[in-house]
Amino acid sequence: MKIEIKNGRIIDPASQRDEKATLFIDAGKIAAIDKAPAGFKADKIIDAAGKIVCPGLVDLSARLREPGFEYKATLESELQAAVAGGVTSLVCPPDTDPPLDEPALVEMLIRRAAMLHQSRVYPLGALTLGLKSEKLTEMVELTEAGCVGFFQAEHAITDTNVLYRAMQYAATWGYTVWLRPQDAFLAKDGIAHDGEVATRLGLAGIPATAETVAIGTIVTLMQDTGARVHLARLSSAAGVALVREAKAKKLPLTADVCVHHLLLTDRDIGYFDPQYRFSPPLRGPADRDALSRGVIDGVIDAICSDHTPLDEDEKNVPFGEAASGASGLETLLPLTLKWAEAAGVKVPFALQKIGSDPARLLGIAGGRIEVGAPADVIVFDPTAFRAIAADTLMSQGKNTPWLRRELQGRVIHTLVDGKIVFSA
Amino acid sequence: MTPHLQLDANGGLRHLLTTEGLPKSIIEKILETADQFVSVGEREVKKVPLLRGKSVFNLFFENSTRTRTTFEIAAKRLSADVINLNIGASSTSKGESLLDTIDNLAAMDADMFVVRHSQSGAAHLIAQHVKPGIAVVNAGDGRHAHPTQGLLDMYTIRHYKKSFHNLSVAIVGDVLHSRVARSNIHALTTLGCPDVRVVGPKTLIPAEAARMGVSVHHDMARGLEGCDVVIMLRLQNERMAGPLLPSAHEFFKSYGLTAMKLANAKPDAIVMHPGPMNRGVEIDSNIADGRQSVILPQVTFGIAVRMAVMAMVAA
Repeated sequence: MKIEIKNGRIIDPASQRDEKATLFIDAGKIAAIDKAPAGFKADKIIDAAGKIVCPGLVDLSARLREPGFEYKATLESELQAAVAGGVTSLVCPPDTDPPLDEPALVEMLIRRAAMLHQSRVYPLGALTLGLKSEKLTEMVELTEAGCVGFFQAEHAITDTNVLYRAMQYAATWGYTVWLRPQDAFLAKDGIAHDGEVATRLGLAGIPATAETVAIGTIVTLMQDTGARVHLARLSSAAGVALVREAKAKKLPLTADVCVHHLLLTDRDIGYFDPQYRFSPPLRGPADRDALSRGVIDGVIDAICSDHTPLDEDEKNVPFGEAASGASGLETLLPLTLKWAEAAGVKVPFALQKIGSDPARLLGIAGGRIEVGAPADVIVFDPTAFRAIAADTLMSQGKNTPWLRRELQGRVIHTLVDGKIVFSA
Repeated sequence: MTPHLQLDANGGLRHLLTTEGLPKSIIEKILETADQFVSVGEREVKKVPLLRGKSVFNLFFENSTRTRTTFEIAAKRLSADVINLNIGASSTSKGESLLDTIDNLAAMDADMFVVRHSQSGAAHLIAQHVKPGIAVVNAGDGRHAHPTQGLLDMYTIRHYKKSFHNLSVAIVGDVLHSRVARSNIHALTTLGCPDVRVVGPKTLIPAEAARMGVSVHHDMARGLEGCDVVIMLRLQNERMAGPLLPSAHEFFKSYGLTAMKLANAKPDAIVMHPGPMNRGVEIDSNIADGRQSVILPQVTFGIAVRMAVMAMVAA
């Protein structure tokens, strides 16, 4: 199928292209930009006047809930949500049931996802068997099955020897170890950021120290093992400062932040609104501002949705019993644009943080518009609003702090592999 | 979710969930209404018909004898029908969700829920959920709030000290886990008390206590210096030894209220405690039973204050 996308503003952060031009797509690839290839006759012409044409988004964290948690969400529902949100590549963490700790599970997930022909799925394998922090998984086998890295999800490794050995083994093969920087003991029983709001509401606190102690340990072990590490979900100003220091020492360290943490703080919890319970917790305004600066100056490499679809009942309980997280695939683009506007950042830079930068971090092909690249492209209207409501979200998870709000930045078309997989 | 959840369209009291954000005028009205109810307890027939025909459900998801009993007495003196449910031992252990329990009881034509729950914010969740016509009174949610205790403490202070404007009040002990401390702090600051102090070891003072408008002291003598009111907090058994405190003995040595430590306060300072007391842990028996103690009057006033709150939310 030959597709021509004309009159749009093409933004490709990787090549710093930002101009009105026409995009020609053929055989799943970008065939040409601006001038049609010889003999190109479009089967479909998309008029993108007033719209932005850019690489499909690359989301570093989206829970698809399969296998094991189909009552929360299914591959079908979440991959539909992904393309509706303009996400054409996503990383899924291994915290399924059973966890992604053996090659057959990973192969099945990739095969099922490929059959749906929607967003591309890149699984992270479990770092330890059953995420139990005891035995290493077969990392070589899992990588051959399609894993792009190894992660413990929310299950912190408390035994530093296991962490040390896992990093050492991964470093043997050059695999990236993904870690949630949160000390399990300091965060134990914690519910909210250990600040003014938790004090006032009587919620058990998770201090920022839980993050800095963990980063300190990880960085020390990196120096010893030479492992490449990706820190998943920074939350505190002090954490950003430690990552900045480690990067200055040229350690192979990368980091991401969840987009909600760039916009919200613990004050938004109000009087116990469970939609604002996150892990890591939303912290104070100074933390939010430091995270924002960290993205701008490159200390934080990528912004992700940390998509966490939940069953309604998991939020319909007292704050301290509510599950953490928000459904996020469909709000990643509008919220990143909202952050960019508030932070005074240009749109191409914002798109880079949810496109080419995470793609490079993963070492995958997506995230750019260049001749010969896979045609993973979106067309979005930066001025149009999308109502966020239970009946408009494609995700099975309707849990989001932005429910009943209208967010600016509406995806009109999503193309994966040169095929239109979503149209508004 | 706002504190206005507590008020109806006319600014009257709809639910009582926390003393935070409760208008000063409402707090004063509760205290004035309680004045009228104190005398009911002194009558031969200790009843008024204000809540006749109304059903009050005491829902205790967390065990309590004292608070539940005072609510029960308060409701009965208002002529309400009282149903006591210790849910800790029934529904939730069978896996029923909190809101399912509430829906079931609401279907039994409840007019008021008096709720105690181990989770901070549980009363807010219920108040948001119930249909119009059902009032929620928070009888303690996690570490968050115990507003009727806060209000009865205000009643007691006002009874002995008349005004809040020149008072120094020290709240001593396990502030971190105390819903009573939080309710007292918000009520005191709302009523214009200029000097509220919290006193305790760093392990038992919440991270941003000062942001609630109090000064923080770790030295008991300095914390009590020139005080008009000393509020001792209960130390839960499970906190007496572990990562927060080495022993009950050492806690008593540093923060237990003894005659010597109390001598730092004003000679006419009153001593309060929300009960139940741990004698020899947070308070010396001589002080608990001494001339400055108003611990038993607190209990008596508590019934009048709870009658006032119930009468107002049911009105």
